[in-house]
Amino acid sequence: MLRLEGLSKTYEGGIAALDSCSLEFARAEVVAIIGPSGAGKSTLIRCINRLVEPTAGRVVLDGGDLTAMSHRQLRRARREIAMIFQEFNLVERLTVMENVLSGRLGYVSILQAAFRRFPPHDIDAAFALLDRVGLEGFENSRADQLSGGQRQRVGIARALMQEPKILLVDEPTSALDPKTARTIFELICGLARERGLPALINIHDVGLALMFAERVVGLARGHVVFDGPPAAVDEAVLTRIYGAADWRQTLRREEPEAGAGSARREAAS
Amino acid sequence: MTAQAGAARPARPRHWRKPPLIPNPALRWGLIVAVLAYLVWGIGDLEFDLERIARGIPRAFDMLGQMVPPDFARWELLLDGLVESLQMAIVATAAGAVVSIPIGLGAAANVAPAPVYWLSRGYIGLSRTFPEVLIAIFFVKAFGFGAFAGVLTLFIASTGFVGKLLAEEIEAMDPGQVEAVRATGAGPVHVLLFGILPQVMPRFIGLCIYRLDINLRESTILGIVGAGGVGAVLYNSFSRYEYDFSAAILLSIIAVVLVAEWASGVARARIT
Repeated sequence: MLRLEGLSKTYEGGIAALDSCSLEFARAEVVAIIGPSGAGKSTLIRCINRLVEPTAGRVVLDGGDLTAMSHRQLRRARREIAMIFQEFNLVERLTVMENVLSGRLGYVSILQAAFRRFPPHDIDAAFALLDRVGLEGFENSRADQLSGGQRQRVGIARALMQEPKILLVDEPTSALDPKTARTIFELICGLARERGLPALINIHDVGLALMFAERVVGLARGHVVFDGPPAAVDEAVLTRIYGAADWRQTLRREEPEAGAGSARREAAS
Repeated sequence: MTAQAGAARPARPRHWRKPPLIPNPALRWGLIVAVLAYLVWGIGDLEFDLERIARGIPRAFDMLGQMVPPDFARWELLLDGLVESLQMAIVATAAGAVVSIPIGLGAAANVAPAPVYWLSRGYIGLSRTFPEVLIAIFFVKAFGFGAFAGVLTLFIASTGFVGKLLAEEIEAMDPGQVEAVRATGAGPVHVLLFGILPQVMPRFIGLCIYRLDINLRESTILGIVGAGGVGAVLYNSFSRYEYDFSAAILLSIIAVVLVAEWASGVARARIT
């Protein structure tokens, strides 16, 4: 489905954020990408839809090489790659409905976009998604009137509005309080499973990652240092990813809940 | 360690003065002397003459006396001029607002490619270098007397003013919102419509209203160099020593400008 081959990114100034990363995402599964700040998690995610231009390597989605595409082709490809952002990145002065409908911008004409005349089936889909993410009745609110959790719900609806083949999620919960973070993370994982979407999720919270993901990728200094199921993540793995620290607390605390998470996964599949 | 260093340090002085703005004393006193010398020479050279002031003050009072009471008898002429000024201001602002959008986009470093950026910045720089009256003199020479030269002047000035401030607003916008719209596969125009314009629209409308207010004031003065509007009527009345009519014109201009400023303030306060 999605294959990264030797993906590298060196920023101006010579900082190698990503150094020859190769990964394969063949199934519709929730993949948590963990790693310390500056490990290249955001760069990895952004290189996939070329919001950041990779300096070397290939990104192959369903047989098409995204890195070789012209701008026009890239725009077509981006319509099927949805993204959810850390700071939500809603257009603050637009209504919730306009933000959700902006997920369809790749499919409508300039005049339709200018006068907000989206086709009826898009409007139907938008209302259905607003209901699904728990924002029924908010369609005419301005995005800047919403709370953090509500904004991220709009972000999720906008992403799914694209009817994407794959979901890229960049630190979806860092700007949220712990309880909202967990609810939002569950919502994203739940929707990805519901729709059979592979989801690549950058996440700082190792506990949440182990609880809800089916696969964990560990990134350190631009390299993939771990790739496996959450059950295989132990103290040695975390030390390899983050460096030495007392990890017992992190792992132990999540053990009973991790069990609940896998039960949920079984129920969903 | 620190206690030892403190003991070894000499006693601090008990007087303290703020360090001077220019540390070098020679440069500091040199500048002060040079500025004073220039002022003395300048006042002498400009024939600053107390006697002339003494003779001028009664004349000024005499003129003010002739202005009272203001003469509104030729109100039709006055109204024609005011209406023409108003027309000039509105037409120039509307056209300027439309044209300043591409100029503002072109002059925003985070949106425009380098050649377009420098072209737009160059135009803005040029249009803002010259005061309106100078541009108006040029257009009156080129296109002849009348409101057309005035409208063109105000149009050029408006595009420079709104274009520059709009560009600054675009450069200060949140890139994340634009990035998110771009990530959906939207084309450049779609990104403009959904990602950029919503962020800068309130400021843009505010700038246009503010510019209308400025254009209205400018349009009353451009007539003096023959570029149409109520300024021409005012200039004529002065040169014919019809000071009572001048007073009527001035009062009308003040009234219009005050109303415009008030309305513009109210309108801008309501936009968020």
